[in-house]
Amino acid sequence: MTELRGFYTLWLREVKRYLRDRTRIISSFFQPLLWLVVFGVGIGSSLRGAVTIPGLTYQQLIFPGIVGQTLLFTAMFMGISVIWDKEFGFMKEILVAPVSRMTIFLGKMVGDSTDALLQGVIVLALGLALGIQIDLFAFLACLPVMLLITFGLVSIGLTIASFMGSLESFGAIQSFINLPLFFLSGALFQVQSLPDWMQTLARANPLTYGVDALRTIILGGTWQPLYPLYVNLAVIGVFDVIMIIIGTWAFTRMK
Amino acid sequence: MANVIETNQLTKTFNSLMAVDKLNITVKSGEIFGLLGPNGAGKTTTISMLCTILKPTAGTAKVNGFDIVKEATQVRKSIGIVFQDPSVDDRLTGRENLYMHANLYGVPASEQKSRIEHVLKLVELQDRADDLLRTYSGGMRRRLELARGLIHYPKLLFLDEPTLGLDPQTRDHVWRYIRELKETHDITVVLTTHYMDEADRLCDRIAIMDYGKIIALDTPTKLKDTLEGDVVIVKTNNPDALSKLVAEKMQLKKTRTVNGTVEITVRNGENLLPRIVETAAQNKIHVESISLRAPNLEDVFLHYTGRMIRADSGKEPHGIAAIQRRKIR
Repeated sequence: MTELRGFYTLWLREVKRYLRDRTRIISSFFQPLLWLVVFGVGIGSSLRGAVTIPGLTYQQLIFPGIVGQTLLFTAMFMGISVIWDKEFGFMKEILVAPVSRMTIFLGKMVGDSTDALLQGVIVLALGLALGIQIDLFAFLACLPVMLLITFGLVSIGLTIASFMGSLESFGAIQSFINLPLFFLSGALFQVQSLPDWMQTLARANPLTYGVDALRTIILGGTWQPLYPLYVNLAVIGVFDVIMIIIGTWAFTRMK
Repeated sequence: MANVIETNQLTKTFNSLMAVDKLNITVKSGEIFGLLGPNGAGKTTTISMLCTILKPTAGTAKVNGFDIVKEATQVRKSIGIVFQDPSVDDRLTGRENLYMHANLYGVPASEQKSRIEHVLKLVELQDRADDLLRTYSGGMRRRLELARGLIHYPKLLFLDEPTLGLDPQTRDHVWRYIRELKETHDITVVLTTHYMDEADRLCDRIAIMDYGKIIALDTPTKLKDTLEGDVVIVKTNNPDALSKLVAEKMQLKKTRTVNGTVEITVRNGENLLPRIVETAAQNKIHVESISLRAPNLEDVFLHYTGRMIRADSGKEPHGIAAIQRRKIR
């Protein structure tokens, strides 16, 4: 019971902090907007209609990818909150409380994932505003899938941050993880048409399965999926479990 | 009276540095116990071990009857801690910080509201409870942390430098709260400080720590009595010559120069004042002023260690400035 309430209160804190950060919410529109409008339209018209997938514009193709990218970047960014808490001393208050480290990790992780999910919903809404068709069922189906994707990604961010002492070093690691994961996820292209070596890398990337799942849901029949939806979800699920175990371990050894 | 804390050869080393050296102390139920010493003496390390934040290198300790290593969770549930460094979430309101703490420490939901109102009243923060912490002053944050440490009704409260960096008025406030707590809630308080006056006015018993060891432990009054005398302070143009003169010609061995003044610890100091002035005049040393005061804990520290509470760490200019101001006055 104490553990459950500890979990709830840590979750609530992360969500409250996010909702109070207006600048972050407003700026979260901007990057996806650039990708979808400037990059999407720009590359789309360079291809002059020679679209590789019949029935899809380039913007439509990358839209689920940009949703995935938003989840990835937001999730990794959440790791900063751990460093922040360490630097401002609040982590001590949490670590010394009579709740288990697993509860502390899960509370923070699910809280941060909720924040990332809200970011993802904002991008979905942005897509609707740009005229991308998402029916109500697909919209609702996206929510649990997005949450599933963020669990593992947030866990990576929190794990890395738990080993780090300063905000500067976290920034460096971010660019070594964020961009490779993003580019190799097929967010901007079809994985099937890649050369073999790159396909291998893409298939080793957990985000690939997330982007593929989101495309299957959002684009429907016009999209030729890499894997069936249930395989995607199973791979993401296994990845989540592994990362949660690693993250809990990382928090256990944190002082 | 039961012992709330018992340590047995409690030791902590960081690589080759001996931070806490075979510490044996007992803290009785209901007292305010002070750990006094310069920065780096091992006060915070001691408290961190008792709070189960740090594991001891050797030795053991019991807090509220629980072993600090084997029964860490029970220890944590039974104590309240106010850390030396701030540890509040400044993006949440005061009340939200308190609710969070109540939930983390398993305070029954039905009691949370009334307890939070109570502690807010105790530290006089009811009016600001719903403002974000980032709008609070340093003193207000400190008071909120104090309130937070009390929500789960701990039997034992650890305060690590509770008034560090606070202005004199706020320090007075905090001292008053701590005493009130002890009297109205029957809480045992263990605090660390390097403010001499704080330890003197607040604590029932004081352990003076230096280099990880307890060098003296008693009530403030008895500690000061060990000096057996008053302190004579002489302001002069030539402190070194005068102190040599007093020590050799007048056979007053407890003579030293401190910040350009000569200090002599001696019994019946008032009878000695004219003789000192006379001796100085005979030797052409000009005495600007001479005064007499009762010994304080700084003198006690000096007596046991041969030096003043180290002022060379530079980490807390506030404390050092405060000590120096008092010396000059």
